[in-house]
Amino acid sequence: MSEKTLTRMDLSEAIFREVGLSRNDAAQLVESVLEHMSDALVEGEQVKISSFGTFSVREKAARVGRNPKTGKEVPIEPRRVLTFRPSHLMKDRVAAGNKS
Amino acid sequence: MIRSELIQKIADENPHLYQRDVEKIVNTIFEEITGAMSRGDRVELRGFGAFSVKKRDARLGRNPRTGESVEVEEKCVPFFKTGKLLRDRLNGK
Repeated sequence: MSEKTLTRMDLSEAIFREVGLSRNDAAQLVESVLEHMSDALVEGEQVKISSFGTFSVREKAARVGRNPKTGKEVPIEPRRVLTFRPSHLMKDRVAAGNKS
Repeated sequence: MIRSELIQKIADENPHLYQRDVEKIVNTIFEEITGAMSRGDRVELRGFGAFSVKKRDARLGRNPRTGESVEVEEKCVPFFKTGKLLRDRLNGK
């Protein structure tokens, strides 16, 4: 594996390449997309991107956890967590691309 | 929210852009992320989350219908970890 890390900058660069927007405008649009997805999720909505995957929010109940270092019990409050379920297409492409 | 609704929201905010360009922009973002992971790369979007690839070891599986053992090859799967900012926002912080 090559193990490069892509960032917002690489996404903007791709938009600049594909659509010809300025890098500044492209960066703004990447931000808007992430913002709209985040807002929907914060509202408790599911975000379903066909052939990519589904982001959903799950409610976790309160439980008693343990500090692994001290062994002391600590209460864990109920909270909301985000899960991502990749589409079959993404799973297939990731599996095929990383075959050893 | 589905892909087309996301595209519509971006289009509404950017009346100077053609609808087909907005579609291309949104599709490019998701395509870049999938493409990166299929090359074994990570995608880190601070505040939102990070996409990475995890290796699953080969294992002996079972056909649930027949109960027969089958060898499952080692494979790589996509993985997403929520960013701190979004995690906090989900919990009203």
